[in-house]
Amino acid sequence: MTTTSITNSSRAASILSNGWVLIKKIPPIYPIFFVIFITVGILNPNYQTMNGIFNVFLRRASPLAILAIGQMIVLASGGFDLSVGSMITFVVVGSSMLLSNDPQKAYSTIAIMMVAGVVVGLINGLTVSVFRVPSLIVTLGMLLLVKGVVMYWSGGAPKGYFTDNYRWFGRGTIDNVPIFGKFPIALIILLVISVLAWFIFHRTNFGKQILAIGDNVRASQLSGVRVRLVRTTAFVISSVLAVVSGVLIGGYGGISTNVGNGLEFQAVSAAVIGGTLLLGGKGSVPNAIFGAFTLEALFNLLNLLGLPKPYKDAVQGIIIIGAVAYAAFSTRKKR
Amino acid sequence: MTISAVPTSGVKQWLRSIRIPPVFYFLVIIFVGGAALDLIFADGQMVRNQTILTNIFVRSVALGIVAIGQTFVILGASIDLSVALVISITSVMTSYIMQGDPANVPLAILVVLAIGATTGLVNGLIITKLKVNAFIATLGTTLILRGILNATFTNFEGSVPRSFEYFGYEKIGPIPVSIIVLVAVTLVGWFILSRTKFGYQLYGTGGNVDVARLSGLRTDRVIIIAHIICSLTAVITGLFLVSRLRAGAPWVGTDGVYDLESVATTVIGGTALAGGKGGVWGTLGGVLIFGVIDTLFNQLGINPYMKNILRGAIIVLAVASYTIRSKRESA
Repeated sequence: MTTTSITNSSRAASILSNGWVLIKKIPPIYPIFFVIFITVGILNPNYQTMNGIFNVFLRRASPLAILAIGQMIVLASGGFDLSVGSMITFVVVGSSMLLSNDPQKAYSTIAIMMVAGVVVGLINGLTVSVFRVPSLIVTLGMLLLVKGVVMYWSGGAPKGYFTDNYRWFGRGTIDNVPIFGKFPIALIILLVISVLAWFIFHRTNFGKQILAIGDNVRASQLSGVRVRLVRTTAFVISSVLAVVSGVLIGGYGGISTNVGNGLEFQAVSAAVIGGTLLLGGKGSVPNAIFGAFTLEALFNLLNLLGLPKPYKDAVQGIIIIGAVAYAAFSTRKKR
Repeated sequence: MTISAVPTSGVKQWLRSIRIPPVFYFLVIIFVGGAALDLIFADGQMVRNQTILTNIFVRSVALGIVAIGQTFVILGASIDLSVALVISITSVMTSYIMQGDPANVPLAILVVLAIGATTGLVNGLIITKLKVNAFIATLGTTLILRGILNATFTNFEGSVPRSFEYFGYEKIGPIPVSIIVLVAVTLVGWFILSRTKFGYQLYGTGGNVDVARLSGLRTDRVIIIAHIICSLTAVITGLFLVSRLRAGAPWVGTDGVYDLESVATTVIGGTALAGGKGGVWGTLGGVLIFGVIDTLFNQLGINPYMKNILRGAIIVLAVASYTIRSKRESA
């Protein structure tokens, strides 16, 4: 009778409202990414194939994604790392000069670059923690300093080539994989790093401490968090990931002193689009990765639409502001 | 019994209240040290040649004017990264409109001031109404401006009439006009910050925006005005640069790294990045430090690439030298 109909409609209503609650929980980055990516797919039939998606798009997006993970960790701790762009330039130009076409040196070159990354990360982290200089200033100084070192070392005109085994990281693929066809090494590296980063950031105390520092430094200090250690480690992670990213970029890009220009801002944008709060306290590894993918898809979209480069910049700016405003809006509501 | 206050004349009291920002001690040390290095390793022209001394100031004018604007914004706990593009756009639009004809000068100046004010307004609105973080907001504005600029101009455009070069090259007596403008801008900035209601509101908003808002300050309006002021100073810098270059080019602002350097000099000058503390005189000191260092490097004939390395290190060390004394943990 009437009771059954009421129960039926109220059950339907409760299912709908439950579904809606679930939908609202999805971080905004995923729908944004899928919309943009599907648009790209429609416009460019290349991206409708497995090969197109994995071998071309994801491989090209991997360096930015790795960079975004590192940047997200620093942002979540309440700081900035503006030096990563120069680090990438350093890795690309420096590697080409150290390698000088000798395949034997590939692995030692990469090792040297990793050490350089750790050193820069340590300098960044210690200056912020011990000398209490704002990270914006420290990493800005590092940006100029590392760029200067690169220019000084190479005399402004980088020479040398990358050997094939060095290029393998950025350019190589594993062929004849079922379903996927060619699977890029760069993507494998990204996957390994993301799993590690996810575990460290979301499942260990260390990750929680980073978020705590970003939220309220004094409270974390009083709770016993070793702020200096955690902060310095975050910067070291960011610099080392920048080195990895640089090796990948060097693998399929050219050698120039402009390689890293603006990449630090792209990394910050990717992390922020992925929902990281700029003053710290909130961040997530998968969201940051998808933020990078979204940015990359956006670049592709603008290319496909045939916009001349100047308009690409303008649209990129508008969309970044829009995405951050949207993310800020949804975060504010939850507060 | 009569209570008698300690009699101090107004002037003496005012003199006692002036606090010299630490950056000026730094400046003196660097100048003296630099002069010593110069005397030992080079021909000591830096101290003996008056042209070179004045040059230190002239080099500082461009960065100085925009840094003063940046000081306003940073005092409000915000930041403006779009100044480099505003400078570029100003230089290009100025020479484009002027086309070498002195009759067009007032029109050109009005147009670029309007562009600057609009940019500042847009920045401020995005930050306050859309609640986007200042870093990202001005980064986005930079990209938008760069897109518009590159879409319309690709090379040097038009030219500046001789009469306008007065700004960049002429002197009144022994002092170049540009330095007078720099000092004037600094004085106006100081006056606004310390003697007007807006100045106090800016310090309050920067110190703690929530408390300011709850105390009744229209914080949105304060920040928007600060951004407009910053963009206007960027316009003035652009006008200065174009009057020296005689023609505008789209890379003027970014080549000079005016965005990051204006932030750096402001912080070196003692203004806290988190806002609420600092002032324009400190920023001027920071700019002069950069000017001295630049001239010193030129005198010593240091490799230009090495200049960047040293500049980066100096920025960090200078700020570290007094943040190390602060008890607060920084970001």
